[in-house]
Amino acid sequence: MNAVTWITQIVEALVALTAAPLFVGWVNQCRAWLQNRRAPSIWLPYRGIGKLFMKDALIADSASPLFRAAPYIVFGLMVTAAAIIPSMGTRLPFTSVADAIALVGLLAAARFFISLAAMDIGTAFGTLGARREMLVGFLAEPALLMVIFVASMISATTALPLIAERLATQDFALYPSLAFTAVAFTMVLLAENARIPIDNPATHLELTMIHEAMLLEYSARHLALMEWAAALKLFNYACIGFALFIPWGIPPGEVGPELLAASLPVLAAKLAVAGAGLALIETVSAKLRVFRAPEFLASAFIFAVLGMLVHLLLEN
Amino acid sequence: MIARPLDVQLLNACAALLLLVSFAMLAQRRVVALVNLLAIQGGLLCMATLLLAWRSGQHHLYVSAALTFGLKVCFLPWLLYRLIRRLEVYWDTEPMLNVAGTMLTGLITVIFAFGLAQPIAALGTTAARNGLGVAVAVIFLAFITMITRRKAMSQVVGFLSMENGLFFGAMSATYGMPMIVELGVALDVLVAMLVLGVFFFQIREQFDSLDLGHLESLKENP
Repeated sequence: MNAVTWITQIVEALVALTAAPLFVGWVNQCRAWLQNRRAPSIWLPYRGIGKLFMKDALIADSASPLFRAAPYIVFGLMVTAAAIIPSMGTRLPFTSVADAIALVGLLAAARFFISLAAMDIGTAFGTLGARREMLVGFLAEPALLMVIFVASMISATTALPLIAERLATQDFALYPSLAFTAVAFTMVLLAENARIPIDNPATHLELTMIHEAMLLEYSARHLALMEWAAALKLFNYACIGFALFIPWGIPPGEVGPELLAASLPVLAAKLAVAGAGLALIETVSAKLRVFRAPEFLASAFIFAVLGMLVHLLLEN
Repeated sequence: MIARPLDVQLLNACAALLLLVSFAMLAQRRVVALVNLLAIQGGLLCMATLLLAWRSGQHHLYVSAALTFGLKVCFLPWLLYRLIRRLEVYWDTEPMLNVAGTMLTGLITVIFAFGLAQPIAALGTTAARNGLGVAVAVIFLAFITMITRRKAMSQVVGFLSMENGLFFGAMSATYGMPMIVELGVALDVLVAMLVLGVFFFQIREQFDSLDLGHLESLKENP
Protein backbone atom coordinates (compact mmCIF):
# COMPACT_ATOMS: atom_id res chain seq x y z
CA MET A 1 0.00 0.00 0.00
CA ASN A 2 1.65 3.19 -1.08
CA ALA A 3 0.52 6.65 -1.96
CA VAL A 4 -0.30 5.72 -5.53
CA THR A 5 -2.85 3.06 -4.55
CA TRP A 6 -4.48 5.47 -2.14
CA ILE A 7 -4.75 8.11 -4.84
CA THR A 8 -6.19 5.48 -7.16
CA GLN A 9 -8.69 4.56 -4.46
CA ILE A 10 -9.77 8.17 -4.05
CA VAL A 11 -10.08 8.58 -7.80
CA GLU A 12 -12.25 5.45 -7.94
CA ALA A 13 -14.60 6.79 -5.27
CA LEU A 14 -14.76 10.18 -7.01
CA VAL A 15 -15.58 8.49 -10.31
CA ALA A 16 -18.40 6.61 -8.59
CA LEU A 17 -19.68 9.85 -7.09
CA THR A 18 -19.72 11.71 -10.37
CA ALA A 19 -20.81 8.82 -12.58
CA ALA A 20 -23.81 7.82 -10.46
CA PRO A 21 -26.14 10.74 -11.37
CA LEU A 22 -24.91 10.50 -14.95
CA PHE A 23 -25.90 6.82 -15.01
CA VAL A 24 -29.38 7.68 -13.76
CA GLY A 25 -29.59 10.40 -16.42
CA TRP A 26 -28.57 7.89 -19.08
CA VAL A 27 -31.21 5.37 -17.96
CA ASN A 28 -33.88 8.08 -18.04
CA GLN A 29 -32.73 9.20 -21.47
CA CYS A 30 -32.86 5.65 -22.87
CA ARG A 31 -36.26 5.15 -21.34
CA ALA A 32 -37.59 8.31 -22.95
CA TRP A 33 -36.23 7.24 -26.35
CA LEU A 34 -37.81 3.80 -26.05
CA GLN A 35 -41.14 5.34 -25.12
CA ASN A 36 -41.07 7.80 -28.04
CA ARG A 37 -40.77 10.80 -25.78
CA ARG A 38 -38.31 13.66 -26.12
CA ALA A 39 -35.42 12.71 -23.90
CA PRO A 40 -34.39 14.93 -21.00
CA SER A 41 -30.76 16.00 -20.89
CA ILE A 42 -28.37 13.44 -19.48
CA TRP A 43 -27.16 16.14 -17.05
CA LEU A 44 -30.60 16.66 -15.55
CA PRO A 45 -29.91 14.71 -12.33
CA TYR A 46 -26.89 16.97 -11.69
CA ARG A 47 -28.98 20.06 -12.19
CA GLY A 48 -31.64 18.69 -9.84
CA ILE A 49 -29.08 17.96 -7.14
CA GLY A 50 -27.38 21.34 -7.66
CA LYS A 51 -30.67 23.20 -7.43
CA LEU A 52 -31.61 21.39 -4.22
CA PHE A 53 -28.27 22.29 -2.62
CA MET A 54 -29.02 26.00 -3.21
CA LYS A 55 -32.30 25.94 -1.33
CA ASP A 56 -33.07 26.45 2.33
CA ALA A 57 -33.92 23.28 4.21
CA LEU A 58 -37.29 22.94 5.92
CA ILE A 59 -37.64 20.40 8.67
CA ALA A 60 -40.81 19.30 10.40
CA ASP A 61 -41.29 20.35 14.03
CA SER A 62 -41.55 16.78 15.23
CA ALA A 63 -38.30 15.71 13.62
CA SER A 64 -35.69 14.12 15.86
CA PRO A 65 -31.91 14.46 15.33
CA LEU A 66 -32.05 11.10 13.55
CA PHE A 67 -34.08 12.67 10.76
CA ARG A 68 -31.36 15.28 10.18
CA ALA A 69 -28.53 12.78 10.44
CA ALA A 70 -30.05 10.10 8.18
CA PRO A 71 -29.17 11.69 4.81
CA TYR A 72 -25.52 12.03 5.81
CA ILE A 73 -25.39 8.49 7.19
CA VAL A 74 -27.05 6.98 4.12
CA PHE A 75 -24.87 8.96 1.74
CA GLY A 76 -21.75 8.02 3.70
CA LEU A 77 -22.68 4.34 3.67
CA MET A 78 -23.25 4.43 -0.08
CA VAL A 79 -19.89 6.13 -0.71
CA THR A 80 -18.18 3.51 1.48
CA ALA A 81 -19.90 0.76 -0.48
CA ALA A 82 -18.81 2.37 -3.75
CA ALA A 83 -15.21 2.39 -2.51
CA ILE A 84 -15.41 -1.28 -1.50
CA ILE A 85 -16.93 -2.56 -4.74
CA PRO A 86 -14.16 -3.30 -7.25
CA SER A 87 -15.47 -1.22 -10.12
CA MET A 88 -12.11 -0.17 -11.56
CA GLY A 89 -9.42 -2.17 -9.75
CA THR A 90 -9.28 -5.24 -7.55
CA ARG A 91 -6.31 -4.45 -5.31
CA LEU A 92 -7.27 -1.16 -3.74
CA PRO A 93 -7.04 -0.41 -0.01
CA PHE A 94 -10.79 -0.34 0.54
CA THR A 95 -11.70 -3.37 -1.54
CA SER A 96 -10.02 -5.67 0.98
CA VAL A 97 -11.63 -4.30 4.14
CA ALA A 98 -15.01 -5.94 3.61
CA ASP A 99 -16.17 -9.05 1.79
CA ALA A 100 -19.40 -9.41 -0.12
CA ILE A 101 -21.44 -10.37 2.94
CA ALA A 102 -20.33 -7.27 4.83
CA LEU A 103 -21.17 -5.27 1.72
CA VAL A 104 -24.73 -6.61 1.78
CA GLY A 105 -24.78 -5.62 5.43
CA LEU A 106 -23.72 -2.07 4.54
CA LEU A 107 -26.54 -1.79 2.02
CA ALA A 108 -28.96 -3.18 4.61
CA ALA A 109 -27.77 -0.57 7.13
CA ALA A 110 -28.52 2.19 4.61
CA ARG A 111 -32.01 0.77 4.13
CA PHE A 112 -32.50 0.61 7.89
CA PHE A 113 -31.62 4.28 8.41
CA ILE A 114 -33.67 5.51 5.48
CA SER A 115 -36.70 3.60 6.81
CA LEU A 116 -36.21 4.88 10.37
CA ALA A 117 -35.98 8.44 9.10
CA ALA A 118 -39.16 7.95 7.10
CA MET A 119 -41.01 6.75 10.21
CA ASP A 120 -39.52 9.49 12.36
CA ILE A 121 -41.93 12.27 11.38
CA GLY A 122 -44.94 10.05 11.89
CA THR A 123 -46.82 10.85 8.71
CA ALA A 124 -48.89 8.10 7.12
CA PHE A 125 -46.97 8.13 3.86
CA GLY A 126 -43.54 7.87 5.41
CA THR A 127 -44.57 4.91 7.54
CA LEU A 128 -46.25 3.23 4.59
CA GLY A 129 -43.18 3.67 2.42
CA ALA A 130 -40.86 2.42 5.16
CA ARG A 131 -42.94 -0.68 5.76
CA ARG A 132 -43.05 -1.50 2.08
CA GLU A 133 -39.32 -0.91 1.76
CA MET A 134 -38.68 -3.34 4.58
CA LEU A 135 -41.01 -5.89 2.97
CA VAL A 136 -39.09 -5.67 -0.29
CA GLY A 137 -35.75 -5.59 1.49
CA PHE A 138 -36.22 -8.64 3.64
CA LEU A 139 -37.23 -10.67 0.60
CA ALA A 140 -34.51 -9.32 -1.68
CA GLU A 141 -31.64 -9.77 0.74
CA PRO A 142 -31.65 -13.61 0.90
CA ALA A 143 -31.81 -13.72 -2.89
CA LEU A 144 -28.85 -11.34 -3.15
CA LEU A 145 -26.85 -13.35 -0.61
CA MET A 146 -27.64 -16.57 -2.46
CA VAL A 147 -26.41 -14.98 -5.71
CA ILE A 148 -23.16 -14.02 -4.01
CA PHE A 149 -22.79 -17.49 -2.49
CA VAL A 150 -22.96 -19.15 -5.92
CA ALA A 151 -20.21 -16.90 -7.25
CA SER A 152 -18.20 -17.51 -4.07
CA MET A 153 -18.54 -21.27 -4.44
CA ILE A 154 -17.24 -21.09 -7.99
CA SER A 155 -14.27 -18.93 -7.05
CA ALA A 156 -13.77 -20.26 -3.48
CA THR A 157 -13.77 -16.87 -1.77
CA THR A 158 -16.33 -14.38 -0.47
CA ALA A 159 -14.22 -11.32 -1.19
CA LEU A 160 -15.78 -9.52 -4.13
CA PRO A 161 -12.49 -8.36 -5.72
CA LEU A 162 -11.07 -11.89 -5.60
CA ILE A 163 -14.27 -13.32 -7.09
CA ALA A 164 -14.02 -10.84 -9.95
CA GLU A 165 -10.33 -11.56 -10.43
CA ARG A 166 -10.70 -15.35 -10.49
CA LEU A 167 -13.73 -15.34 -12.74
CA ALA A 168 -12.00 -12.98 -15.16
CA THR A 169 -8.71 -14.85 -15.37
CA GLN A 170 -9.80 -18.50 -15.50
CA ASP A 171 -10.32 -20.50 -18.70
CA PHE A 172 -13.53 -20.00 -20.57
CA ALA A 173 -16.31 -22.22 -19.25
CA LEU A 174 -20.08 -22.26 -19.49
CA TYR A 175 -21.73 -21.71 -16.14
CA PRO A 176 -25.48 -22.36 -16.23
CA SER A 177 -25.46 -21.56 -12.52
CA LEU A 178 -24.09 -18.07 -13.13
CA ALA A 179 -26.69 -17.52 -15.85
CA PHE A 180 -29.46 -18.38 -13.39
CA THR A 181 -28.01 -16.18 -10.69
CA ALA A 182 -27.59 -13.32 -13.19
CA VAL A 183 -31.35 -13.42 -13.76
CA ALA A 184 -31.93 -13.49 -10.00
CA PHE A 185 -29.53 -10.58 -9.50
CA THR A 186 -31.28 -8.48 -12.15
CA MET A 187 -34.59 -9.06 -10.38
CA VAL A 188 -33.05 -8.06 -7.03
CA LEU A 189 -31.52 -4.96 -8.63
CA LEU A 190 -34.91 -3.89 -9.98
CA ALA A 191 -36.59 -4.42 -6.62
CA GLU A 192 -33.90 -2.82 -4.46
CA ASN A 193 -33.53 0.27 -6.60
CA ALA A 194 -37.25 0.96 -6.85
CA ARG A 195 -37.38 0.30 -10.58
CA ILE A 196 -40.50 -0.54 -12.50
CA PRO A 197 -41.90 -3.96 -11.76
CA ILE A 198 -41.83 -3.12 -8.05
CA ASP A 199 -41.90 0.68 -7.84
CA ASN A 200 -42.05 3.50 -10.36
CA PRO A 201 -39.24 6.01 -9.85
CA ALA A 202 -40.82 8.59 -12.17
CA THR A 203 -44.10 9.30 -10.41
CA HIS A 204 -45.53 10.25 -7.08
CA LEU A 205 -48.57 8.02 -7.37
CA GLU A 206 -49.59 7.97 -3.76
CA LEU A 207 -50.95 4.48 -3.47
CA THR A 208 -48.13 2.61 -5.14
CA MET A 209 -44.96 4.47 -4.25
CA ILE A 210 -42.29 2.98 -2.04
CA HIS A 211 -39.05 4.90 -2.31
CA GLU A 212 -40.60 8.30 -3.00
CA ALA A 213 -42.94 7.95 -0.04
CA MET A 214 -39.97 7.75 2.30
CA LEU A 215 -38.45 10.97 0.98
CA LEU A 216 -41.59 13.11 1.06
CA GLU A 217 -40.60 15.01 4.21
CA TYR A 218 -37.11 15.84 3.02
CA SER A 219 -36.17 19.08 1.29
CA ALA A 220 -33.15 20.98 -0.01
CA ARG A 221 -29.72 19.59 0.85
CA HIS A 222 -31.13 16.58 2.71
CA LEU A 223 -33.21 15.61 -0.31
CA ALA A 224 -30.26 16.22 -2.61
CA LEU A 225 -28.12 13.83 -0.55
CA MET A 226 -30.88 11.24 -0.46
CA GLU A 227 -31.31 11.39 -4.24
CA TRP A 228 -27.59 11.26 -4.79
CA ALA A 229 -27.43 8.25 -2.45
CA ALA A 230 -30.20 6.55 -4.45
CA ALA A 231 -28.24 7.14 -7.66
CA LEU A 232 -25.13 5.76 -5.98
CA LYS A 233 -27.08 2.71 -4.87
CA LEU A 234 -28.07 1.96 -8.45
CA PHE A 235 -24.49 2.49 -9.56
CA ASN A 236 -23.24 0.20 -6.77
CA TYR A 237 -25.63 -2.57 -7.69
CA ALA A 238 -24.61 -2.28 -11.34
CA CYS A 239 -20.95 -2.55 -10.34
CA ILE A 240 -21.61 -5.59 -8.12
CA GLY A 241 -23.29 -7.15 -11.16
CA PHE A 242 -20.27 -6.35 -13.35
CA ALA A 243 -17.88 -7.83 -10.78
CA LEU A 244 -19.90 -11.04 -10.54
CA PHE A 245 -21.01 -11.64 -14.10
CA ILE A 246 -18.87 -9.65 -16.54
CA PRO A 247 -15.60 -9.12 -14.69
CA TRP A 248 -13.49 -8.73 -17.82
CA GLY A 249 -11.80 -5.38 -18.10
CA ILE A 250 -11.25 -4.82 -14.38
CA PRO A 251 -7.45 -4.87 -14.22
CA PRO A 252 -6.28 -7.67 -11.89
CA GLY A 253 -3.39 -7.14 -9.51
CA GLU A 254 -1.94 -3.88 -8.26
CA VAL A 255 -3.22 -0.87 -10.11
CA GLY A 256 -1.53 2.38 -10.94
CA PRO A 257 -3.04 5.47 -12.53
CA GLU A 258 -2.37 4.25 -16.08
CA LEU A 259 -4.35 0.99 -15.56
CA LEU A 260 -7.11 2.99 -13.97
CA ALA A 261 -7.26 5.17 -17.04
CA ALA A 262 -7.52 2.03 -19.16
CA SER A 263 -10.35 0.55 -17.10
CA LEU A 264 -12.44 3.72 -17.16
CA PRO A 265 -13.63 3.35 -20.80
CA VAL A 266 -14.48 -0.32 -20.13
CA LEU A 267 -16.55 0.67 -17.11
CA ALA A 268 -18.25 3.41 -19.14
CA ALA A 269 -19.11 0.94 -21.91
CA LYS A 270 -20.50 -1.58 -19.43
CA LEU A 271 -22.57 1.13 -17.73
CA ALA A 272 -23.91 2.34 -21.08
CA VAL A 273 -25.04 -1.17 -22.06
CA ALA A 274 -26.43 -1.94 -18.61
CA GLY A 275 -28.33 1.35 -18.53
CA ALA A 276 -29.88 0.69 -21.93
CA GLY A 277 -30.81 -2.84 -20.81
CA LEU A 278 -32.36 -1.52 -17.62
CA ALA A 279 -34.40 1.02 -19.60
CA LEU A 280 -35.54 -1.77 -21.93
CA ILE A 281 -36.68 -3.97 -19.02
CA GLU A 282 -38.52 -1.05 -17.50
CA THR A 283 -40.23 -0.22 -20.79
CA VAL A 284 -41.47 -3.70 -21.60
CA SER A 285 -42.68 -4.63 -18.12
CA ALA A 286 -45.69 -3.33 -16.24
CA LYS A 287 -45.65 -2.35 -12.62
CA LEU A 288 -46.75 -5.15 -10.33
CA ARG A 289 -49.28 -4.71 -7.60
CA VAL A 290 -47.51 -4.23 -4.28
CA PHE A 291 -48.79 -7.55 -3.01
CA ARG A 292 -47.34 -9.36 -6.02
CA ALA A 293 -43.86 -8.13 -5.07
CA PRO A 294 -43.25 -11.10 -2.72
CA GLU A 295 -44.00 -13.46 -5.61
CA PHE A 296 -41.53 -11.59 -7.83
CA LEU A 297 -38.81 -11.77 -5.20
CA ALA A 298 -39.63 -15.37 -4.35
CA SER A 299 -38.92 -16.23 -7.98
CA ALA A 300 -35.62 -14.34 -7.73
CA PHE A 301 -34.74 -16.40 -4.67
CA ILE A 302 -35.72 -19.61 -6.44
CA PHE A 303 -33.59 -18.70 -9.45
CA ALA A 304 -30.62 -18.12 -7.15
CA VAL A 305 -31.11 -21.37 -5.22
CA LEU A 306 -31.57 -23.23 -8.48
CA GLY A 307 -28.28 -21.75 -9.64
CA MET A 308 -26.62 -23.04 -6.50
CA LEU A 309 -28.12 -26.53 -6.90
CA VAL A 310 -27.11 -26.68 -10.54
CA HIS A 311 -23.60 -25.66 -9.56
CA LEU A 312 -23.43 -28.36 -6.89
CA LEU A 313 -24.71 -31.11 -9.16
CA LEU A 314 -23.41 -30.31 -12.60
CA GLU A 315 -20.32 -28.21 -12.25
CA ASN A 316 -17.99 -30.07 -9.94
CA MET B 1 -11.79 -26.57 -11.05
CA ILE B 2 -11.25 -29.16 -13.77
CA ALA B 3 -11.71 -27.85 -17.28
CA ARG B 4 -14.19 -29.90 -19.23
CA PRO B 5 -14.76 -30.30 -22.96
CA LEU B 6 -17.22 -27.86 -24.44
CA ASP B 7 -19.80 -30.46 -25.45
CA VAL B 8 -20.09 -31.77 -21.88
CA GLN B 9 -20.52 -28.19 -20.73
CA LEU B 10 -23.26 -27.69 -23.31
CA LEU B 11 -24.89 -30.92 -22.14
CA ASN B 12 -24.88 -29.65 -18.58
CA ALA B 13 -26.35 -26.35 -19.75
CA CYS B 14 -29.16 -28.30 -21.45
CA ALA B 15 -29.78 -30.22 -18.23
CA ALA B 16 -29.91 -26.98 -16.24
CA LEU B 17 -32.36 -25.46 -18.72
CA LEU B 18 -34.56 -28.59 -18.53
CA LEU B 19 -34.80 -28.06 -14.79
CA LEU B 20 -35.61 -24.38 -15.31
CA VAL B 21 -38.41 -25.22 -17.78
CA SER B 22 -39.88 -27.67 -15.28
CA PHE B 23 -39.97 -24.90 -12.69
CA ALA B 24 -41.59 -22.56 -15.17
CA MET B 25 -44.26 -25.22 -15.76
CA LEU B 26 -44.90 -25.34 -12.04
CA ALA B 27 -45.53 -21.59 -11.95
CA GLN B 28 -47.43 -21.24 -15.23
CA ARG B 29 -51.20 -21.18 -15.14
CA ARG B 30 -52.04 -20.48 -18.77
CA VAL B 31 -52.59 -23.75 -20.58
CA VAL B 32 -51.25 -22.52 -23.93
CA ALA B 33 -48.02 -21.33 -22.29
CA LEU B 34 -47.79 -24.68 -20.54
CA VAL B 35 -47.85 -26.45 -23.89
CA ASN B 36 -45.23 -24.01 -25.24
CA LEU B 37 -43.01 -24.92 -22.32
CA LEU B 38 -43.56 -28.60 -23.04
CA ALA B 39 -42.43 -28.05 -26.63
CA ILE B 40 -39.34 -26.18 -25.39
CA GLN B 41 -38.61 -29.04 -23.01
CA GLY B 42 -38.87 -31.47 -25.92
CA GLY B 43 -36.50 -29.30 -27.95
CA LEU B 44 -33.94 -29.22 -25.14
CA LEU B 45 -34.23 -32.98 -24.76
CA CYS B 46 -33.65 -33.40 -28.49
CA MET B 47 -30.58 -31.16 -28.32
CA ALA B 48 -29.19 -33.04 -25.32
CA THR B 49 -29.70 -36.35 -27.14
CA LEU B 50 -27.87 -35.05 -30.21
CA LEU B 51 -24.97 -33.81 -28.08
CA LEU B 52 -24.77 -37.11 -26.26
CA ALA B 53 -24.88 -39.04 -29.54
CA TRP B 54 -22.05 -36.89 -30.86
CA ARG B 55 -20.10 -37.31 -27.65
CA SER B 56 -20.51 -41.08 -27.25
CA GLY B 57 -20.66 -42.16 -30.89
CA GLN B 58 -23.80 -44.23 -30.21
CA HIS B 59 -25.69 -44.08 -33.47
CA HIS B 60 -29.05 -45.21 -32.17
CA LEU B 61 -29.20 -41.99 -30.16
CA TYR B 62 -29.56 -40.05 -33.42
CA VAL B 63 -32.70 -42.08 -34.10
CA SER B 64 -34.11 -41.30 -30.68
CA ALA B 65 -33.27 -37.63 -31.17
CA ALA B 66 -35.24 -37.65 -34.42
CA LEU B 67 -38.08 -39.48 -32.66
CA THR B 68 -38.05 -36.91 -29.85
CA PHE B 69 -38.15 -34.07 -32.34
CA GLY B 70 -40.98 -35.50 -34.38
CA LEU B 71 -43.10 -36.61 -31.46
CA LYS B 72 -42.40 -34.22 -28.60
CA VAL B 73 -41.56 -31.00 -30.39
CA CYS B 74 -43.94 -31.20 -33.35
CA PHE B 75 -46.77 -33.69 -33.06
CA LEU B 76 -47.84 -33.72 -29.40
CA PRO B 77 -47.79 -29.92 -28.97
CA TRP B 78 -49.76 -29.59 -32.21
CA LEU B 79 -52.30 -32.10 -30.94
CA LEU B 80 -52.55 -30.27 -27.62
CA TYR B 81 -52.98 -26.86 -29.30
CA ARG B 82 -55.79 -28.34 -31.37
CA LEU B 83 -57.46 -29.80 -28.31
CA ILE B 84 -57.12 -26.49 -26.45
CA ARG B 85 -58.78 -24.65 -29.33
CA ARG B 86 -61.60 -27.12 -29.66
CA LEU B 87 -62.25 -27.52 -25.95
CA GLU B 88 -61.67 -23.81 -25.25
CA VAL B 89 -59.66 -24.31 -22.06
CA TYR B 90 -57.20 -21.45 -21.82
CA TRP B 91 -56.74 -20.96 -18.09
CA ASP B 92 -56.30 -23.41 -15.30
CA THR B 93 -58.19 -22.63 -12.13
CA GLU B 94 -56.39 -21.38 -9.06
CA PRO B 95 -53.88 -24.08 -8.08
CA MET B 96 -54.34 -25.82 -4.75
CA LEU B 97 -51.21 -24.19 -3.35
CA ASN B 98 -50.25 -20.58 -4.15
CA VAL B 99 -47.40 -20.03 -6.58
CA ALA B 100 -44.72 -19.25 -3.99
CA GLY B 101 -45.73 -22.27 -1.92
CA THR B 102 -45.61 -24.55 -4.94
CA MET B 103 -42.20 -23.22 -5.95
CA LEU B 104 -40.77 -23.73 -2.47
CA THR B 105 -42.16 -27.28 -2.37
CA GLY B 106 -40.56 -27.80 -5.77
CA LEU B 107 -37.25 -26.51 -4.47
CA ILE B 108 -37.24 -28.95 -1.54
CA THR B 109 -38.16 -31.75 -3.94
CA VAL B 110 -35.23 -30.84 -6.20
CA ILE B 111 -32.82 -30.97 -3.26
CA PHE B 112 -34.26 -34.38 -2.34
CA ALA B 113 -33.93 -35.60 -5.93
CA PHE B 114 -30.32 -34.43 -6.20
CA GLY B 115 -29.46 -36.18 -2.94
CA LEU B 116 -31.18 -39.31 -4.19
CA ALA B 117 -29.36 -39.35 -7.50
CA GLN B 118 -25.88 -38.49 -6.28
CA PRO B 119 -24.81 -42.01 -5.15
CA ILE B 120 -26.25 -43.55 -8.31
CA ALA B 121 -24.54 -40.98 -10.52
CA ALA B 122 -21.24 -41.66 -8.75
CA LEU B 123 -21.36 -45.22 -10.08
CA GLY B 124 -22.07 -44.13 -13.64
CA THR B 125 -19.51 -43.85 -16.40
CA THR B 126 -21.44 -41.91 -19.04
CA ALA B 127 -20.61 -38.34 -19.99
CA ALA B 128 -24.00 -37.16 -18.81
CA ARG B 129 -24.18 -39.03 -15.49
CA ASN B 130 -24.68 -35.79 -13.61
CA GLY B 131 -27.88 -35.32 -15.55
CA LEU B 132 -29.48 -38.15 -13.60
CA GLY B 133 -30.21 -35.84 -10.68
CA VAL B 134 -31.84 -33.36 -13.02
CA ALA B 135 -33.89 -36.17 -14.58
CA VAL B 136 -35.19 -37.33 -11.18
CA ALA B 137 -35.94 -33.71 -10.28
CA VAL B 138 -37.88 -33.20 -13.53
CA ILE B 139 -39.94 -36.32 -12.80
CA PHE B 140 -40.77 -35.11 -9.29
CA LEU B 141 -41.60 -31.59 -10.49
CA ALA B 142 -43.92 -33.08 -13.11
CA PHE B 143 -45.58 -35.05 -10.31
CA ILE B 144 -46.15 -31.83 -8.36
CA THR B 145 -47.52 -30.17 -11.50
CA MET B 146 -50.02 -33.02 -11.85
CA ILE B 147 -50.95 -33.02 -8.18
CA THR B 148 -51.55 -29.28 -7.85
CA ARG B 149 -53.63 -28.82 -11.01
CA ARG B 150 -57.31 -29.43 -11.40
CA LYS B 151 -57.79 -29.21 -15.14
CA ALA B 152 -57.31 -32.45 -17.07
CA MET B 153 -55.33 -30.60 -19.75
CA SER B 154 -52.56 -29.40 -17.43
CA GLN B 155 -52.39 -32.82 -15.78
CA VAL B 156 -51.72 -34.36 -19.18
CA VAL B 157 -48.97 -31.81 -19.81
CA GLY B 158 -47.49 -32.82 -16.46
CA PHE B 159 -47.67 -36.46 -17.50
CA LEU B 160 -45.83 -35.78 -20.75
CA SER B 161 -43.22 -33.75 -18.90
CA MET B 162 -42.72 -36.71 -16.59
CA GLU B 163 -42.10 -38.92 -19.61
CA ASN B 164 -39.49 -36.40 -20.78
CA GLY B 165 -37.79 -36.69 -17.40
CA LEU B 166 -37.74 -40.50 -17.60
CA PHE B 167 -36.29 -40.34 -21.09
CA PHE B 168 -33.56 -37.94 -19.97
CA GLY B 169 -32.81 -40.15 -16.97
CA ALA B 170 -32.39 -43.24 -19.14
CA MET B 171 -30.18 -41.28 -21.48
CA SER B 172 -27.89 -39.90 -18.81
CA ALA B 173 -27.60 -43.18 -16.91
CA THR B 174 -27.05 -45.65 -19.75
CA TYR B 175 -27.07 -43.75 -23.08
CA GLY B 176 -30.74 -44.47 -23.60
CA MET B 177 -32.89 -47.57 -23.48
CA PRO B 178 -32.72 -50.28 -26.13
CA MET B 179 -34.29 -49.09 -29.34
CA ILE B 180 -37.23 -51.47 -29.12
CA VAL B 181 -38.17 -50.18 -25.65
CA GLU B 182 -37.81 -46.59 -26.77
CA LEU B 183 -40.08 -47.17 -29.76
CA GLY B 184 -42.56 -48.93 -27.51
CA VAL B 185 -42.62 -46.04 -25.04
CA ALA B 186 -43.02 -43.51 -27.84
CA LEU B 187 -45.96 -45.48 -29.20
CA ASP B 188 -47.45 -45.75 -25.70
CA VAL B 189 -47.25 -42.01 -25.20
CA LEU B 190 -48.80 -41.40 -28.59
CA VAL B 191 -51.69 -43.78 -27.97
CA ALA B 192 -52.19 -42.50 -24.43
CA MET B 193 -52.37 -38.96 -25.80
CA LEU B 194 -54.94 -39.90 -28.44
CA VAL B 195 -57.06 -41.81 -25.93
CA LEU B 196 -56.85 -38.95 -23.45
CA GLY B 197 -57.96 -36.60 -26.22
CA VAL B 198 -61.12 -38.66 -26.56
CA PHE B 199 -61.48 -38.73 -22.78
CA PHE B 200 -61.37 -34.95 -22.61
CA PHE B 201 -64.44 -34.72 -24.78
CA GLN B 202 -66.19 -37.37 -22.70
CA ILE B 203 -65.34 -35.62 -19.44
CA ARG B 204 -66.54 -32.31 -20.77
CA GLU B 205 -69.78 -33.80 -22.04
CA GLN B 206 -70.44 -35.31 -18.64
CA PHE B 207 -69.55 -32.34 -16.44
CA ASP B 208 -69.49 -29.30 -18.76
CA SER B 209 -65.92 -28.67 -17.66
CA LEU B 210 -62.50 -30.24 -17.63
CA ASP B 211 -62.12 -29.71 -13.90
CA LEU B 212 -61.28 -33.11 -12.45
CA GLY B 213 -62.56 -32.02 -9.06
CA HIS B 214 -66.00 -32.96 -10.40
CA LEU B 215 -64.96 -36.59 -10.67
CA GLU B 216 -65.05 -36.81 -6.89
CA SER B 217 -68.80 -36.31 -6.85
CA LEU B 218 -69.53 -39.25 -9.16
CA LYS B 219 -70.99 -41.48 -6.47
CA GLU B 220 -73.21 -38.98 -4.74
CA ASN B 221 -75.46 -37.94 -7.61
CA PRO B 222 -75.85 -40.76 -10.06
